[in-house]
Amino acid sequence: MTEKYLKLKDQATVYIDKLYQNKLVIKVQTGTSGQALGADEILNTLITKADKKTTILEVGSMGFMYLEPIIVVYQNDNKFYYGNVTKSIAEDVFDHYQNNENFYEENCFAYESDETISTKIPKLDDLPQFSKQLRIATRNFGEITPGDLFQYIAKDGYSALNKALFEMKPEDVLEEVKNSGLRGRGGAAFPTGLKWSFLAPSAAPVKYVLCNSEEGDPGAFNDKGILETDPHTLVEGLILNGYATNSTHSYVFIRQGHDIPINAVERAIKEAYNNGILGKNILGSNFNFEMEVSLTGDSYVAGEETALMEAIEGKRSTPRFKPPFPAASGLWKKPTNINNVKTISYVPEIIKHGSEWFKGTGTEKSTGTAIVCLTGHLKRPGMYEIPMGMTINEVLTDLGGGSNSSDIKMLQTGGPLGGVLGKDAFDTKIDFDEMSQAGAILGSGGIIVCDESVSVVDLIRNLVAFNQFESCGKCFPCRLGNTHMLDVLERLCNSKSKPDDLKLLERIGNSMKIGSLCGHGQLGFNPISSALKYFEQEIMTAVNNNSEPLEKMYTPTRTRPGELE
Amino acid sequence: MPKNKSDSEKIRNTIREIISNQKRKTVTVLSSLLAIQDSLHYLPDEAIEETAIHCKVTINDVWSVASFYTNFRFTPPGNNTLDVCWGPTCHITGSQKLIGQAHAQLEIEGEGETKDGKVTLRYSTCLGACAQSPVFAVNHEMHGKMTKNKVDQLINKLTK
Repeated sequence: MTEKYLKLKDQATVYIDKLYQNKLVIKVQTGTSGQALGADEILNTLITKADKKTTILEVGSMGFMYLEPIIVVYQNDNKFYYGNVTKSIAEDVFDHYQNNENFYEENCFAYESDETISTKIPKLDDLPQFSKQLRIATRNFGEITPGDLFQYIAKDGYSALNKALFEMKPEDVLEEVKNSGLRGRGGAAFPTGLKWSFLAPSAAPVKYVLCNSEEGDPGAFNDKGILETDPHTLVEGLILNGYATNSTHSYVFIRQGHDIPINAVERAIKEAYNNGILGKNILGSNFNFEMEVSLTGDSYVAGEETALMEAIEGKRSTPRFKPPFPAASGLWKKPTNINNVKTISYVPEIIKHGSEWFKGTGTEKSTGTAIVCLTGHLKRPGMYEIPMGMTINEVLTDLGGGSNSSDIKMLQTGGPLGGVLGKDAFDTKIDFDEMSQAGAILGSGGIIVCDESVSVVDLIRNLVAFNQFESCGKCFPCRLGNTHMLDVLERLCNSKSKPDDLKLLERIGNSMKIGSLCGHGQLGFNPISSALKYFEQEIMTAVNNNSEPLEKMYTPTRTRPGELE
Repeated sequence: MPKNKSDSEKIRNTIREIISNQKRKTVTVLSSLLAIQDSLHYLPDEAIEETAIHCKVTINDVWSVASFYTNFRFTPPGNNTLDVCWGPTCHITGSQKLIGQAHAQLEIEGEGETKDGKVTLRYSTCLGACAQSPVFAVNHEMHGKMTKNKVDQLINKLTK
């Protein structure tokens, strides 16, 4: 270990000793999802109540969002997890542990201890929604304060960077990533090492690596989840990305308004700068690297890699023609790589443990894990990291806990340009290739679960309305195609469809596929084509005007010149 | 409402200050507009002009950006903003009925301001707390697992 890193480690030890010097430590899991249910208020209540003998720590979500707000009590090497906490429950838990050494059972959903403390409450490891996970990128979830450098270092943070800078050449790091089989987690599943190898050879004095955290996909929150829970993992990965490709600058790209993740990652970047982990001579090496947050306005297409660069340059986020590819001419015409947050967040662990270790998880062509966001009609909505190759059924049952109402009818995966899957597809393994064969994409990892009450036509109408609203308008097949498709779907929903409507939809979809610059138009027909695969009968009933008219849907309107009557 | 000269000059000074005091290093048309809207909650005409001057681009260049991103608005919003999510997860868990209820209680149709200017209603494609759907947000503060009663309470508080 180098001197500089050793010093940081020592500082971290002192810091942690002080943080945990009290016998009683209570961690409150905040984050966007927890705050939606009042986690902030609970945090403030506990901070007000706490005396010098108790430490209250704000940490990110552990992913069990169905139990939020969650607080975790650390006492005598044991951990007690309390779920669905209200202000008064938090006060009760606090009061109990202030005065007692024994276990407080009410509202506790799990505990961790070497001993058996309760026969009624399970150990955390006995919960399938925890034990079936394999947490690599999310290893620190629920454990540390987001953006706190020394808490991260105490968890062995930045050791991969230290190893890379002093024991490995940039090409070794690149080789390791290549060999790990890591593929892009943003949707396209492009081999990450290969992408990096396009950028590495360029001798340009300024080169960019960009982290795409735009994540406009409704139903997915794992990018923001990493940013707001463990941003240092991303910062470390991004520096490694820069080192491996001999790059000089980086941007973390995220949509304005998402203050919790933005603040967390800015704190992480600032603390990294203050401690010699960013800037000149990182950790005492010869490597210099700059990092900054870049905000975008509301635009879904800004998540497309060339549109993203337009947005960082301050323009309208519309996609560029390719070639030139970003590695040749990207941000401000400089060589550039763009990677998704999740992709980058795997890199520190890959460097730490080696590519062979990473390859040991997952399937042959989809190595490692997938971070899935389960939402909708499930017992246990949340964010879970699972080995690639788990079946959809396992994910829905073991992690999601099955339906919270009637039977599960269908899933919507991979964002609004992804697909709709029926029951026949539930044996599909979650990996990049099997998911696309089934007609959907794994994409960003969002899985929206619908029970029998949801009409498939209503769901596609919602997805197409989203795509219509978010089309950037640059390519007319996408701009008009989505508008036209939405019109046709509205007819279907109102039992006013015309005989050839299905054919018309197919024709529009096809034009969009061949006539659009980016995935937004190219994949725009996906929701309909995949739904047809599994729910042809139900859709045909609507096409034949034999189904009940659906209720009006409130969506923002965005008229376009040349909109069809 | 037409502004008089001194008001306009005042707002220009404020805008110039906002543009030159951006906390992030990279300053662009978009970053400037975002910063202005962040403090003023809308983009007055002066914002477009001052951004063009500062970034050395044309007014058209700035308009092209300002008119593109859907978060920008050009009139002052109401005192409070209510974001309602219509994304697919919220959609299937009942957001449409709640949006309808919000319309009725606020006496507006679609997006926009209430007559008394107290509340601005906006449709959001995703607020990022999908596990707690349906989700509303009041002045950026999230409210999850919304129900008829919760919407009722929330709006009563806003319109009081």
